[in-house]
Amino acid sequence: MAYSVKVLDHYENPRNVGSFGKEEEGVATGMVGAPACGDVMKLQIKVGRGGVIEDAKFKTYGCGSAIASSSLVTEWVKGKTVEQALDIKNTQIAEELALPPVKIHCSILAEDAIKAAVADYKKKHVDQAAG
Amino acid sequence: MLKLPIYLDYSATTPIDPRVADKMIPYLVEKFGNPASRSHAFGWEAEAAVEEARVEVAKLVNADPKEIVWTSGATESNNLALKGAAQFYAGKGKHLVTVKTEHKAVLDTCRELERLGFEVSYLDVKDNGLLDLEVFKAALRPDTILVSVMLVNNEIGVIQPIAEIGEICRAKGIVLHVDAAQATGKVVIDLATLKVDLMSFSAHKTYGPKGIGALYVRRKPRIRLTAQMHGGGHERGFRSGTLATHQIVGMGEAFRLARLEMGAENERIRMLRDRLFKGLSDIEEVYVNGDMEQRVPHNLNVSFAYVEGESLLMAVKDLAVSSGSACTSASLEPSYVLRALGREDELAHSSIRFTLGRFTTEEEVDYAIRLLHDKIGRLRELSPLWEMVQEGIDLSTVQWAAH
Repeated sequence: MAYSVKVLDHYENPRNVGSFGKEEEGVATGMVGAPACGDVMKLQIKVGRGGVIEDAKFKTYGCGSAIASSSLVTEWVKGKTVEQALDIKNTQIAEELALPPVKIHCSILAEDAIKAAVADYKKKHVDQAAG
Repeated sequence: MLKLPIYLDYSATTPIDPRVADKMIPYLVEKFGNPASRSHAFGWEAEAAVEEARVEVAKLVNADPKEIVWTSGATESNNLALKGAAQFYAGKGKHLVTVKTEHKAVLDTCRELERLGFEVSYLDVKDNGLLDLEVFKAALRPDTILVSVMLVNNEIGVIQPIAEIGEICRAKGIVLHVDAAQATGKVVIDLATLKVDLMSFSAHKTYGPKGIGALYVRRKPRIRLTAQMHGGGHERGFRSGTLATHQIVGMGEAFRLARLEMGAENERIRMLRDRLFKGLSDIEEVYVNGDMEQRVPHNLNVSFAYVEGESLLMAVKDLAVSSGSACTSASLEPSYVLRALGREDELAHSSIRFTLGRFTTEEEVDYAIRLLHDKIGRLRELSPLWEMVQEGIDLSTVQWAAH
């Protein structure tokens, strides 16, 4: 499998690897994929006042393209509002990383991870507002 | 001086031993005759070389040279054996038995035979990769005409109980084919005592050239085959086509060297393999795939839990290793062989096959050990599964969002 320069860069030097403390203020988590499929992505966002994503971290079990897709996404979501983050599309990720057709599912998974993290944020946010 | 990448994929193919190459070269240029040419010295010279090679192939497996048929490789041998025997003996029955962990050259040929009206039973193996003889006996039927079981598995290196299987088949008059592509030079094969009727060989797994192989066809009791390649009636009608003298000479020399050197060579390689195993076994959550005793000395297949296979291969690009077999490593599916052992997905996805060989050094093994320690640690830092397990979460209880 030949990888693009950008995939290799993210794979060799992944950005924002790690986890936030679960109890930290404004932290939401999206976990997508399944071990059976060979990919699991965990994306965490830390949302500040005004719904702006201040920080993001990831951990990924998967191929080089899956690692690169999630690493890229952590860079892209920072500074965006949660609503803006939802506008990130898998096609943009695939294009940026020059993913081959067999690896498009990695970019779809990364988009799903954003959606899952934002959904988790909204759920907590509503819960807090309600409580 | 260590040269990178380090080749640890000897079960995919081996380099031609330089002594083998030296012996082949004259047959490309000066000694170019067609071994089937009966009317001049060019032909006689080539024919003599082909027959000398046939003797060497036969000697390695203690067979009669007349029982050796040249083919283009083990895939063709498997095709000829299975299709040829199934078609010839179709009048006796339509049932075949094989094993789920066989090479694709056997499994796919069986699928083709199913399309032609045969019925095939694909047997499960035990979790150590070995065939359970009771399961095997139970699968045989009155209309079973042919059994195919490999001697050495290409992915996990386990050695199937062929001697016992042979006794069972012979007692019932069932033809037994054995794919021995991965076995020559690794385990002793004695066809004078083994009750095997057909056996497939390949040259390039044993330091010979690619594109040449052989099929052993027993003469006593005589096994008949329907030819699959028609033409000039070469190889007593079993396989037509002009013989590739230089390739055959290469296979003969490679098998001669294997016969003379395998005893000492396998001990050296076993020592290196055990050194590699010991060096990796202090990494947490490392699992060996396949039985460690009934196994060829040059194979180590291990799973590194919670690390994905493709990213692992990417991380160890200084090592030429494979995840699964070379024939399936381009696909995204985990190894069907490991699946057949009942390995969970996380483990089937994260296996590496190391196969050592004639030119592997201690220095190379030590480099591989250091590299794997470093990279496994790094990939686990990246792995959400590893993190969950460290937190005490049982992954089998997690509801995964399937995609």
